[in-house]
Amino acid sequence: MREELLAVIERNSRIDLKELAVILGVEEMDVVNELQALEDEGIVCGYHTMIDWEKTSIEKVSALIEVRVTPQRGQGFDNIAERIYKYPEVTSVYLISGGFDLLVTLEGKSLKEISGFVSDKLSTLDSVLSTATHFILKKYKDHGTVLTKKYEDVREKVSP
Amino acid sequence: MKDMLSKQVVGLKPSGIRKFFDIVSEMEDAISLGVGEPDFDTPWHIRDEGIYSLEKGRTFYTSNSGLMELRQEISNYIKRKQGVTYDPKHEVLITVGGSEAIDIGLRAVVNPGDEVLIPQPSYVSYEPCAIMAGAVPVIIELKAENEFRLTAEELEEAITDRTKVLILPFPNNPTGAIMERKDLEAIAGVIRKHDILVMSDEIYAELTYKEKHVSIVEIEGMRERTILINGFSKSYAMTGWRLGYACGPKEIIEQMTKLHQFAIMCAPTTSQYAAVEALRNGDEDVAEMRTAYNQRRRFLIHAFREMGLECFEPFGAFYVFPCIKEFGMTSEEFAERFLAEEKVAVVPGTAFGDCGEGFLRISYAYSLDNLKLAIGKLADFVERLRREEKKD
Repeated sequence: MREELLAVIERNSRIDLKELAVILGVEEMDVVNELQALEDEGIVCGYHTMIDWEKTSIEKVSALIEVRVTPQRGQGFDNIAERIYKYPEVTSVYLISGGFDLLVTLEGKSLKEISGFVSDKLSTLDSVLSTATHFILKKYKDHGTVLTKKYEDVREKVSP
Repeated sequence: MKDMLSKQVVGLKPSGIRKFFDIVSEMEDAISLGVGEPDFDTPWHIRDEGIYSLEKGRTFYTSNSGLMELRQEISNYIKRKQGVTYDPKHEVLITVGGSEAIDIGLRAVVNPGDEVLIPQPSYVSYEPCAIMAGAVPVIIELKAENEFRLTAEELEEAITDRTKVLILPFPNNPTGAIMERKDLEAIAGVIRKHDILVMSDEIYAELTYKEKHVSIVEIEGMRERTILINGFSKSYAMTGWRLGYACGPKEIIEQMTKLHQFAIMCAPTTSQYAAVEALRNGDEDVAEMRTAYNQRRRFLIHAFREMGLECFEPFGAFYVFPCIKEFGMTSEEFAERFLAEEKVAVVPGTAFGDCGEGFLRISYAYSLDNLKLAIGKLADFVERLRREEKKD
């Protein structure tokens, strides 16, 4: 049940427990217990909402920043990653294979705010060697959901 | 001009679904639960392979039987799923959907006056295809109390010395019924005893929700007398690509290939290239779609139980077949009123044979949100009917 349950709530965390139990073919109590276990084990870490800010009047700018760093003895990348993720404007930090080390995503109110963060805070950290900032111009698809198009049922309405 | 038309064709009953389709199409805002095809798009990597074949200029006929590469993949697939071997050179034919295979398969085996056994409720084309092949269709009426499975007794009773072939439409459209191994073993005895052929339409083979699909060709003595039909429409959400196939004894496939060659030439080339990709790398897509269908199926069965609507639990295809006899209406009356009053389209069971009377086919090839909306309306409608009954 665990894998299927995770797949369902990853797409729809708002689904009610009764319905979840029905579509998984188990008892509601089992769903409750399993969800609790998943939270306790830290597998389910939160229930977020996907928002297409583009469609609101609220200004938001997001960016991806490639960061090259010097790993520290005995700590590897963990220390520097922690220093970066503590900033609230940072939405995610990933350790990456390839041409750079950390991929940082950032959300801010304006271009200026983001560039200020990069030049004042990120670049000035001791172990940061270099950064490259990519501003996101348009989100086509996010979290497996296409944002630019709505599903349209083009099938014939009745067929044998 | 006098006598312009073929009497036999004119005499064919039009598909019962057609009439209903015309009513529904005129209602713009109707929600439909009447569709017999997946709601998923063909997985992108499969479409991409079709596009790539076009880019490369693979736009010519293939051999009549279809791309050797595809026939080989089909042979591997059946070996993997059913444990039965078909020689891709002589025992596999690529057709334009499963429908063509039904048509030419019947033409290839029947002689005038031969009887073709057709269990119903079932897909709409067996009967007309049998008639056009010169055969006499003999209907076996399946029963709700058997969960619409075919029993050995029913089969035995329908067989005469003119019986040539049994059509075996499982997993079933419209009932969602399946035949499990024990059911197939039971009828296989009768089939062997009377030495008849089987045309097994397994287009929904990938969509079963209890145990893995069992094909009749797995049962002893059946492979050599069976035309196995399958295709890509339902399992890989590829209805518009029009691609199916038939596997069977060399002698039968050879004759079917002749008909296919004269009428069709070959199945669409683009679709064949896409299908190779489907069979090679599509298992995960199928599993994902199956999981989604199964969730919807559980949702519907649960909803019917809450409504107090009688319905056996179907384990195949993507249909449920609830019984509406308690309302004292025909299936058609019920469907028409439901459409008029709640603007939801379902298909009357009678579109799939007279014994579908008293039942509705409800398709769950729709998103859960869509189903929820439509089923809510069904619950309101059912409640209203029950209130009306009480007043009377």
